[in-house]
Amino acid sequence: MLAYLIRRLFAAIVMLVVIILVVFSIFFLVPKWAGVDIATSFVGKQADPHAVEAVREKLGLSDPIYSQVWHFFKGIFVGRTYAAGGDVTHCAAPCFGYSFRSEQAVWPVLTDRFPVTLGLALGAAVLWLVLGVAAGVLSALKRGSLWDRGAMVVALSGVSLPIYFTGLLSLAIFSYGLNWINGQYVSISDSFSGWLGGMILPWITLAFLYAAMYARITRATMLEILGEDYIRTARAKGLTEPVVIGKHAMRSTMTPILTMLGMDLGALIGGAILTETTFSIPGLGQAVLTAIKNQDLPIILGVTLITSLAVLIANLAVDVLYAVIDPRVRLA
Amino acid sequence: MTAPLHEPTAEAAPGAAEEAAVAATDAKAVQGRSLGRIAWERLKRDKLALTGGVVVLLLIVIALLAPVITSLVGQDPDVYNQGLIDPLFSTPKGSLGGMNGDHLLGVEPVNGRDIFARILYGARISLLVGFLSAVVAVILGTVLGILAGFFGGWVDSVISRVMDGLLAFPQLLFIIALVSVMPNQMLGLTGTGVRVFVMILVIGFFGWPYIGRVVRGQTLSLREREYVEAARSLGAGQFYILFKELLPNLVAPIIVYTTMMIPTNILTEAALSFLGVGVKPPTSSWGQMLSSAIDYYDSDPMYMVIPGVAIFITVLAFNLFGDGVRDALDPKGSR
Repeated sequence: MLAYLIRRLFAAIVMLVVIILVVFSIFFLVPKWAGVDIATSFVGKQADPHAVEAVREKLGLSDPIYSQVWHFFKGIFVGRTYAAGGDVTHCAAPCFGYSFRSEQAVWPVLTDRFPVTLGLALGAAVLWLVLGVAAGVLSALKRGSLWDRGAMVVALSGVSLPIYFTGLLSLAIFSYGLNWINGQYVSISDSFSGWLGGMILPWITLAFLYAAMYARITRATMLEILGEDYIRTARAKGLTEPVVIGKHAMRSTMTPILTMLGMDLGALIGGAILTETTFSIPGLGQAVLTAIKNQDLPIILGVTLITSLAVLIANLAVDVLYAVIDPRVRLA
Repeated sequence: MTAPLHEPTAEAAPGAAEEAAVAATDAKAVQGRSLGRIAWERLKRDKLALTGGVVVLLLIVIALLAPVITSLVGQDPDVYNQGLIDPLFSTPKGSLGGMNGDHLLGVEPVNGRDIFARILYGARISLLVGFLSAVVAVILGTVLGILAGFFGGWVDSVISRVMDGLLAFPQLLFIIALVSVMPNQMLGLTGTGVRVFVMILVIGFFGWPYIGRVVRGQTLSLREREYVEAARSLGAGQFYILFKELLPNLVAPIIVYTTMMIPTNILTEAALSFLGVGVKPPTSSWGQMLSSAIDYYDSDPMYMVIPGVAIFITVLAFNLFGDGVRDALDPKGSR
């Protein structure tokens, strides 16, 4: 068990380093290849050459890429000092650098945005897990029934609807048309009920999409498992149906669902870009989208790192849960 | 999910008779039917999947003939009709976003371009990117998956690690990042051409591990079969076995995953254009129409509904068809 976890943790760390390297390559090598100069775009359109040179030196943009990557990693753990001539700026650990555009430090931006996205992702995840798994299990048990067909039609529609459409639709109907809820995002520290009111629509639209996917997967997996020999054995030895379904079938059904949950939750925590854009929620997704449009590398690197970390932690948590659910994993 | 094929329901009665008839002809002509033929016969009985398939065909025709159809109704996707716009609210005059005999789906707020024409032209971008990125993913996924499964060893480890890595990546983020840093001119293409090309490559690149994993798994089990052994003992080379013996047996799963991948790719393209990193105006795309509709969701809701419904119908049709193809080709269904 411990060896298994250590192996997973090691793989996760390697993955994190690879991701950082890839992001660096995308934003340093591709512009170079396309003939765009980062220092010039940092200073602005009508930059005088001295200012461009100063920025290049201060940010270390003329250093070879491996040394830039090294300084970036070092900055996260021990902090970093930018110096060019008499201009010295110290950035304490964890230092993710400064935004090319607003010249703010990146770390506070991340810590501001992270809870917003976390709230969005977790709230939606609870909803979709409950709804999706329940609908999928019921459909599998009553296969071919009216409920099954109805639920699967809704689920198929759900996976075919883009979230930025259902989001806008729900805003038009519930916020503007019926005036039930105020669609504005309110910070949780300003007003808890306001936050709740602003998050209901994003939660529901996000959960609708994922619940549809989870219902389809749950139904398919459950149907497959109900045909297994061990289920027949369980029934044959006289176990009641709730025990057969609840204890024997559900356990195996949860394995693929957990895998999906780990990936989906991780990806969402790293920025539900589409949902946040549709509902104007100031989370990580909005931050990274703006940064990408502005070619603001430090913010992109910061958010990508947080995203990848979230994906990895979620996957690690899933790996641990596997071991709990499936005894075979513990022995492996 | 489509209705299961072998369900004892009321409407299955004619289907059952058909099946009996098919079985009878089968008994007469003892020669086996090919997998494609069996699948086609199953697919023919799946009404939902057929409907999906017909809609997909229609959409392809519409996309191909977009310039013809728009000129037939006398509209152009890029012509401004400011006379149709209420100067006070900059929304279309008349009800339902300005729908009338000339402008079948109304006009855009502010500049009054014809929405029907823009939807037709948008279909071209959606389908083009959806199909071609699936082609990129299928080629990469099949070649790398088959190599990993067949050769095993370090080849397999490297390819499998890369696939795991790509699947664990925050994909949308990377697609957005890659699409946005790409230059505006390359390989003799400019503007929309470059953006479409880059989207196809990037979406296809992030899609291949899904196919690669399946192909690898299938190859692993197929390479131990007797017929491969037989071919080898007859002196067949590695590549003959790979492409003449193994590949034909992988066609079914590849087709299934391709049909399932196209709708996802269409959604990704729409998402990119929605976020403003995909196709740029004035070229029309559904995602971009939705993104400009955000500002008018209260004053001109039709402007948002139409591209949304277009995406929905397209993706739903592909999904229905894909589910049907999967059920038809799935060997488990024959039990």
